[in-house]
Amino acid sequence: MTDSKYFTTTKKGEIFELKAELNSDKKEKKKEAVKKVIASMTVGKDVSALFPDVVNCMQTDNLELKKLVYLYLMNYAKSQPDMAIMAVNTFVKDCEDPNPLIRALAVRTMGCIRVDKITEYLCEPLRKCLKDEDPYVRKTAAVCVAKLHDINAQLVEDQGFLDTLKDLISDSNPMVVANAVAALSEIAESHPSSNLLDLNPQSINKLLTALNECTEWGQIFILDCLANYMPKDDREAQSICERVTPRLSHANSAVVLSAVKVLMKFMEMLSKDLDYYGTLLKKLAPPLVTLLSAEPELQYVALRNINLIVQKRPEILKHEMKVFFVKYNDPIYVKLEKLDIMIRLASQANIAQVLAELKEYATEVDVDFVRKAVRAIGRCAIKVEQSAERCVSTLLDLIQTKVNYVVQEAIVVIKDIFRKYPNKYESVIATLCENLDSLDEPEARAAMIWIVGEYAERIDNADELLESFLEGFHDESTQVQLQLLTAIVKLFLKKPTETQELVQQVLSLATQDSDNPDLRDRGYIYWRLLSTDPVAAKEVVLAEKPLISEETDLIEPTLLDELICYIGTLASVYHKPPSAFVEGSRGVTHKSLLPRTGSNESVESPDTAPSGGPAADQPSVIPTQGDLLGDLLNLDLGPPVSGPPMATAPVQMGAVDLLGGGLDILLRSDVGGSPAMGGTGGSFTPAPNTAAPTNVGAPLGTGLGDLFDLTGGVGTLSGSYVAPKTVWLPAMKAKGLEISGTFSRQVGSISMDLVLTNKALQVMSDFAIQFNRNSFGLAPAAPLQVHAPLAPNQSVEISLPLNTVGSVMKMDPLNNLQVAVKNNIDVFYFSTLYPLHILFVEDGKMERQMFLATWKDIPNENETQFQIKDCSLNADAVSSKLQGSNIFTVAKRNVEGQDMLYQSLKLTNGIWVLAELRIQPSNPNLTLSLKCRAPEVSQYIYQAYETILKN
Amino acid sequence: MIHSLFLINCSGDIFLEKHWKSVVSQSVCDYFFEAQEKAIDVENVPPVISTPHHYLISIYRDKIFFVSVIQTEVPPLFVIEFLHRVADTFQDYFGECSETAIKDNVVIVYELLEEMLDNGFPLATESNILKELIKPPTILRSVVNSITGSSNVGDTLPTGQLSNIPWRRAGVKYTNNEAYFDVIEEIDAIIDKSGSTVFAEIQGVIDSCIKLSGMPDLSLSFMNPRLLDDVSFHPCIRFKRWESERVLSFIPPDGNFRLISYRVSSQNLVAIPVYVKHMISFKENTSSGRFDVTIGPKQNMGKTVEGVVMTVHMPKAVLNMNLTATQGSYTFDPVTKVLTWDVGKITPQKLPNLKGIVNLQSGAPKPEENPSLNIQFKIQQLAISGLKVNRLDMYGEKYKPFKGSSFVSDGEQEPKSLSSQNFT
Repeated sequence: MTDSKYFTTTKKGEIFELKAELNSDKKEKKKEAVKKVIASMTVGKDVSALFPDVVNCMQTDNLELKKLVYLYLMNYAKSQPDMAIMAVNTFVKDCEDPNPLIRALAVRTMGCIRVDKITEYLCEPLRKCLKDEDPYVRKTAAVCVAKLHDINAQLVEDQGFLDTLKDLISDSNPMVVANAVAALSEIAESHPSSNLLDLNPQSINKLLTALNECTEWGQIFILDCLANYMPKDDREAQSICERVTPRLSHANSAVVLSAVKVLMKFMEMLSKDLDYYGTLLKKLAPPLVTLLSAEPELQYVALRNINLIVQKRPEILKHEMKVFFVKYNDPIYVKLEKLDIMIRLASQANIAQVLAELKEYATEVDVDFVRKAVRAIGRCAIKVEQSAERCVSTLLDLIQTKVNYVVQEAIVVIKDIFRKYPNKYESVIATLCENLDSLDEPEARAAMIWIVGEYAERIDNADELLESFLEGFHDESTQVQLQLLTAIVKLFLKKPTETQELVQQVLSLATQDSDNPDLRDRGYIYWRLLSTDPVAAKEVVLAEKPLISEETDLIEPTLLDELICYIGTLASVYHKPPSAFVEGSRGVTHKSLLPRTGSNESVESPDTAPSGGPAADQPSVIPTQGDLLGDLLNLDLGPPVSGPPMATAPVQMGAVDLLGGGLDILLRSDVGGSPAMGGTGGSFTPAPNTAAPTNVGAPLGTGLGDLFDLTGGVGTLSGSYVAPKTVWLPAMKAKGLEISGTFSRQVGSISMDLVLTNKALQVMSDFAIQFNRNSFGLAPAAPLQVHAPLAPNQSVEISLPLNTVGSVMKMDPLNNLQVAVKNNIDVFYFSTLYPLHILFVEDGKMERQMFLATWKDIPNENETQFQIKDCSLNADAVSSKLQGSNIFTVAKRNVEGQDMLYQSLKLTNGIWVLAELRIQPSNPNLTLSLKCRAPEVSQYIYQAYETILKN
Repeated sequence: MIHSLFLINCSGDIFLEKHWKSVVSQSVCDYFFEAQEKAIDVENVPPVISTPHHYLISIYRDKIFFVSVIQTEVPPLFVIEFLHRVADTFQDYFGECSETAIKDNVVIVYELLEEMLDNGFPLATESNILKELIKPPTILRSVVNSITGSSNVGDTLPTGQLSNIPWRRAGVKYTNNEAYFDVIEEIDAIIDKSGSTVFAEIQGVIDSCIKLSGMPDLSLSFMNPRLLDDVSFHPCIRFKRWESERVLSFIPPDGNFRLISYRVSSQNLVAIPVYVKHMISFKENTSSGRFDVTIGPKQNMGKTVEGVVMTVHMPKAVLNMNLTATQGSYTFDPVTKVLTWDVGKITPQKLPNLKGIVNLQSGAPKPEENPSLNIQFKIQQLAISGLKVNRLDMYGEKYKPFKGSSFVSDGEQEPKSLSSQNFT
């Protein structure tokens, strides 16, 4: 009586027969029939035709039958959405059932039915279940929110489920907490900008408490969540570490690795002098070693992670070399990883052991493994200088075995050893030359040729050897051809008399008979060098080479730091940041290690700590710091611009501005006139240039952009936009004194440019000016100086320097300035509105990382959006125009034909404003989104934008 | 989280699929088959495979591949651990984790998978909770079910599910209350030609079988707890007490479980309980060689060494071997060049010996490589690390249980190598 009977079918229509059984009156028969249906489903057979019949069986008291029907529903509801509605009533009823198991089962199943129509009916029962008295139901409901979010994210937000879910983090039951955290993490992954998992010391405390009591899987979720938290100071970091450490002894290896991740990350914050730091280091080693006694699959993942940990903190495992010795029955993927770690751990102290092991490995059967072992010996020689001699002799022993692939690998690594220790081991060259004929892999041949060329003066028959290679020149791979060319030129420079013929032969082979551009170019260069100035050629070709670095395969430190934050995840297995491979990268958030902080340094406000640690998460809309290339591509593949991009650049006013304009013109004509200039600008971006060959405007634009970036200092000289003067105080109101003026900002100083006109009949003198308290503390930096008394109908232009250290009072509107002017006649009052951009300081360019972090940090409520109408500038023009007024473009990218500019500016009082400017090629209206901690300024910033862009 | 699961047998048939989110087409397994083909040996299939849209994380257990499909960034260890848990559960339910067992109980398997994972999040993985939800199949039960019409699906909420001790259910009752602890140690050592230990390590586990009524609170103490410096605990153990008092204090799960596993590293000197005298030589130009190996006990504290099996990976040039064993039987596989000698028990009075002639391929050069000897053995009633249980106390219940502990040392691998150093 086994279930396999369900797989047997009768000849005549299986579906037909099942249908009949499903509609049978007998309960037993029904159940058997449903089981048969499920059995067919498990092997991927399509039984969706039975949908109505199976759903009919749903109304039953028999729990097993109910569960089976639910299983069926989950699989097929998607294909029969209309029929699935039939089931809704039963679900809603079950959600009210007195048995918590049934309530939970119903809400769980409903979440799995991925049909839009059903989700509407799901909301009410789900809300109830989230507040259910039974924790089992609550924890099931928590997961259900994540399911629902996957189907319809908007609905979840509208219904406020996210807040309820956040509340569950403080639930009394640890299982509920764990599931809430898991659900929130999953939701947060698709919403990188939202701060769903906003952790604070209280919630951290809750999580740590729950950590001790929940299931192993829950512990993983909580630990992964903890790893995203940024402790305030080292004391908090230490206390979290202390509470996480017991997890290192857990039997579940995933728990262990997640705990390791938290510790590795928070350790970064601890001072190395602390006793606790040392203790922690000691505690990390045993669990890592224990992971290696688990199943091979677990070992593999563990080893990939240990590889990262060893690079970051080699001290943890430095005494544990022996556990990484390869066992003969390890699967190959484990062997290769172990080998890698052995080399990383190799040091003077243990090199003898390591070498002896490696030598054994080199006699193994598996070719890949042997090759890697031979290569490892070479790496040891380069890493540990004292062992070089022994390594070389080991390699020679291996060459004596005459096993083809061993010999070839050995020669490749010996070449590297020569580069690290020149003129030390040349005695082995003779042995190497004996094996010349057996080399059939390009890499080994190239290595051998390099050796012959490099040491041509010590090898008597170097010319013969090289000549023998030359015979089949065209059949060689490019690598070998290039190497051969160089080697023969080297030989010629060392022994010019005997090898003239040879060098000519190879040069003609390389330049005339080859269609490989690299080879041809190199050939021509050598040729010209040799024919024009052999001495120079000698200096170039035989120049002293830089020693090769100790470890060439180390992961780059910033990437390593990022990967440390991803210990235990797929990223750590691939040794790539998730952005490099997670599909669609929609869920990608960047993480970085926390900076080591003193206890009083605050990391909390990125505003005031420009070089402080970037916040953990960054929104995905903005390119990450890693993909520079991507950025370049974006820049270049933007929509084609009409005409030279700078044609619309503003012609600015004022004496200094003329200079600025002049510079613009100079730069433009340079670029236009000599393509070489554009070439230098664009030479940083060769790939994009070839990618968009037809778009001549764009690469030029890049060149320009680069130049502008380079000449950023010059750019600011030209000062921000200055509005034409307007009459502030009409003569009528001031007994004949007319004041018109404007504000300007140049080279970091603000000034108020005034024209005083005497329209009265008497002479005016004794001018003085005073400002009322205002929002940004603007005040005259010097007294108003009118040197001569002002005769009737005369006017005088004065530039009054301003500073921002005056007393502050919030005005309405914000940029309102009340001014009092006194002269010998009377005191006059007037008020004016100053454009905010005079307050934009020159160092308002935020670092890109900082920008991302801050953008995320500022709550969404603070975001305001504006339309700038009728501005037909393209992105580059906009960007440079704004830069003149100290609005800096941090990043630019192109999304579906629209250009997005990310900009930052800083006000004199230190308020940062972040902006996102969307420019659509077809639409003259620009969309401006501003984010700022002081949202009241946004409106005025917008006005400033508009003024600058429209003039 | 975990999206779907496919079970694949050795011949590459997908015999079960389960989806926890939307349905993923079987064709995704093609990437797995590709990797499998490349790996040649089934054990060498890499555990993490990336495909254009998914990641496949697989384990290989009992001739079945458990292939899970992942779409987002998840901890792979999490998935691997979970897959092993699934396999363990099948083993627990059906006595074996094989294709036939799974096919025979496909409905239960499906119900189990549904209980174990919800939306990709593990739900209930503790065996005693699962057993309350879905009763394991027995012949008696299936007969009863077919008569009474009841089902093997529990209709009440498992009691352990939400308590702080999810591993134990309430209301356990036994007439005979018993607690057994098996200390099993595996010694893993590399010994060089001259007989000195290059590397030795002991992997130990304490497997328990606890059949106690109610909610017993046990504490187990050792004579020499210092030995245990690298341990992994079952979640039931209170870590704080171990840290402070070096006592294992716990409320045990019901039935069989692994209490702790530990590692005693080579820093603590390990005495190897057997020795090998060997003489293997190849004569120049005669295409033959001599082979003579004797195994003897050493410092075994009066316990007998049993279940001794020696395997030798002979050099490739070896054609066949003509040996005589004083005890046990030997086989030589000319394809893999592996010599296996099943020795059995070692009696100190008459040491087992295997000797004879090795025939080499004619014309082949004298083999350079030295074969490594790999010996497995078992010693009852002895923990090789010297670990000793001091006492077991029970609180919280009134009855007096029967306590027992047993020790087994498993010399899982003890390679004896003729070269200066070797590895196995």
